[in-house]
Amino acid sequence: MQPIKSIRSRTVILPLENIDTDQIIPARFLRATTREGFGKNLFADWRYDANGAPKPDFVLNQPQAQGCSILVAGRNFGCGSSREHAPWALTDYGFRAVVSTEFADIFRSNSLKNSLVPVLVDDATSAWLLANPGADISIDLESTTLALPNGTRVSFPLEPFARYCLLNGVDELGFLESQSPAIDAYERRRSAA
Amino acid sequence: MSMQPKTLFEKVWERHEVVPETADTPAVLYIDLHLIHEVTSPQAFAELRKRGLRLRRTDLTLATMDHSTPTRTEQVFGGAPITIESAAKQIRELEKNCAEFGVELLGLQNASRGIVHVIGPELGVTQPGKTVVCGDSHTSTHGAFGALAFGIGSTEVGHVFATQCLLQRKPKTLAVNVKGKLRPGVTAKDLILGIIGKLGVAGGTGYVIEYRGEAIRALDMDERMTICNMSIEAGARAGMVAPDETTFAYLKERPRAPQGTAWDKAVAEWRGLITDPGARFDKEIEIDASTLEPMITYGTNPGMVIPITGSVPVRQNDVAFTKSLAYMGFDAGTSLRDKPVNVVFIGSCTNSRLSDLRSAARVLQGRKIASGVKMLIVPGSQEVKRAAEAEGLHRVFIDAGAEWRESGCSMCLGMNGDTVAAGQYSVSTSNRNFEGRQGTGARTLLASPLTAAASAVRGRITDPRELLAS
Repeated sequence: MQPIKSIRSRTVILPLENIDTDQIIPARFLRATTREGFGKNLFADWRYDANGAPKPDFVLNQPQAQGCSILVAGRNFGCGSSREHAPWALTDYGFRAVVSTEFADIFRSNSLKNSLVPVLVDDATSAWLLANPGADISIDLESTTLALPNGTRVSFPLEPFARYCLLNGVDELGFLESQSPAIDAYERRRSAA
Repeated sequence: MSMQPKTLFEKVWERHEVVPETADTPAVLYIDLHLIHEVTSPQAFAELRKRGLRLRRTDLTLATMDHSTPTRTEQVFGGAPITIESAAKQIRELEKNCAEFGVELLGLQNASRGIVHVIGPELGVTQPGKTVVCGDSHTSTHGAFGALAFGIGSTEVGHVFATQCLLQRKPKTLAVNVKGKLRPGVTAKDLILGIIGKLGVAGGTGYVIEYRGEAIRALDMDERMTICNMSIEAGARAGMVAPDETTFAYLKERPRAPQGTAWDKAVAEWRGLITDPGARFDKEIEIDASTLEPMITYGTNPGMVIPITGSVPVRQNDVAFTKSLAYMGFDAGTSLRDKPVNVVFIGSCTNSRLSDLRSAARVLQGRKIASGVKMLIVPGSQEVKRAAEAEGLHRVFIDAGAEWRESGCSMCLGMNGDTVAAGQYSVSTSNRNFEGRQGTGARTLLASPLTAAASAVRGRITDPRELLAS
């Protein structure tokens, strides 16, 4: 994993609540057996018509969305299926952070393992961001703050270990493997009982 | 000398803490049972290969295939080709991975194959007090046995492969207290839809639910699995029911349950897996089962649910709500009764067990499904299929005009090609009514097997009590 210190970008807005992982990446694309290449099918059923042509009214097909790496969405983003293909699709497309007032548990966990930062903000910040598409904002992981274009900084919560892993490019499996003496001892204790 | 009273969840959690959590680091949590399937495991096997790691506990890992598998008998057993090449490839890849890493696989033609959340309990490998994970959000199903069971992503599947552990923050606890008694024609599916309607689709986020109260105690294991299965639809990663005599009777003499003196020892231990009197939950809600009607969803998430006798609510200035009703083709303030139905699906890890099929047969016995309706009945496992056929349920279904298939996830998410066409209305016993879940543009209404079967007979959304009475 590459270390992440900060992310700066204009925003793309999806103002709906409860965007589920079936919308982020529909099930028919999950027959792939690698992690790569899901970005072209991100939000496929909202993004393309039945013939595969881009729908002009969908935000990702609009010129101002090109090159943006921060997605702002309504409450409870990423609910539903545990498919890690959802963060794979978002990152493969080019997103590096998602801002919402609430994230589904499994989606948040999966995102943190793929250098996609879930930024949890209060209702007022969310409302401002949703009302100002394309705002140039920055997300700083050292201070865990989001900076609005007027310079206002809003703190967001980030689990300390996840923050450490993102900042240092540490992957969790390496840490878990370092716990193997404790795991061995646990297994011995259990089999003796 | 007094011990701090604990919840069921806390007892199971503490027994699996290899290293407790600190301010800086999550807990290292030991996993007793890792179930895997073809869709979310290939990337995790690839990670092991890339790092040159072995799979730590093959004896605690069990594989099956369910999502991409065909349900047509000739494609499962008759040598007819699987028409979706990517599905065939995914199946072959699981076979290859399991052989390479030494994982037991209940493969396509295995007599014990089925939906991963149906076969775990059926084999008796799901047991009280275990930690159970799978790369699948409906792993919450296994909580019906008093296990702590939750869905994980593919990276975490790799973590469990390599270390048999996960890094986890301790979740909060939510008690859902259900009093009263379900009325005739009202099922466990209606109860969980009612609970989700009350909690909302994010009401359980950050929590493990414990379902409690007289209405839960009165449920059989199939029904408790239906309840725990849909915990994730309220945002809760896990749902649990404390084990009792019903649980032990279900598990006794299952092929992989403890046998003989080991059984007695296990049951003695399992009896302690209850929430102690006085234990505190972080949040509690109450629901009265006796007030519930058969429930049906009208929108594009499982929280958008109403009694079948009710009307679609009216909500002003709600963009997502308006978009959802437009997708479904329904108007606010109207009843869903007698709306036309194109497809009926009975199946999925929510409602594909023997008792669900018996429910459907109760309605379909001696009746025909309406002309023009396609009805697919997909048992949860090959064992469920054999048991249903032994009591002649398949005859009832076929005589009624339904299709009777081999086991799998099938039309719940359509990965195997069993899909609903764009614009069509599907009454489904599955768990998700998201846009496009059953096929691009498909419109899904979630309901119980009774309601689904009754709607198939009439070809219109039907309160099952109208057919059960006659």
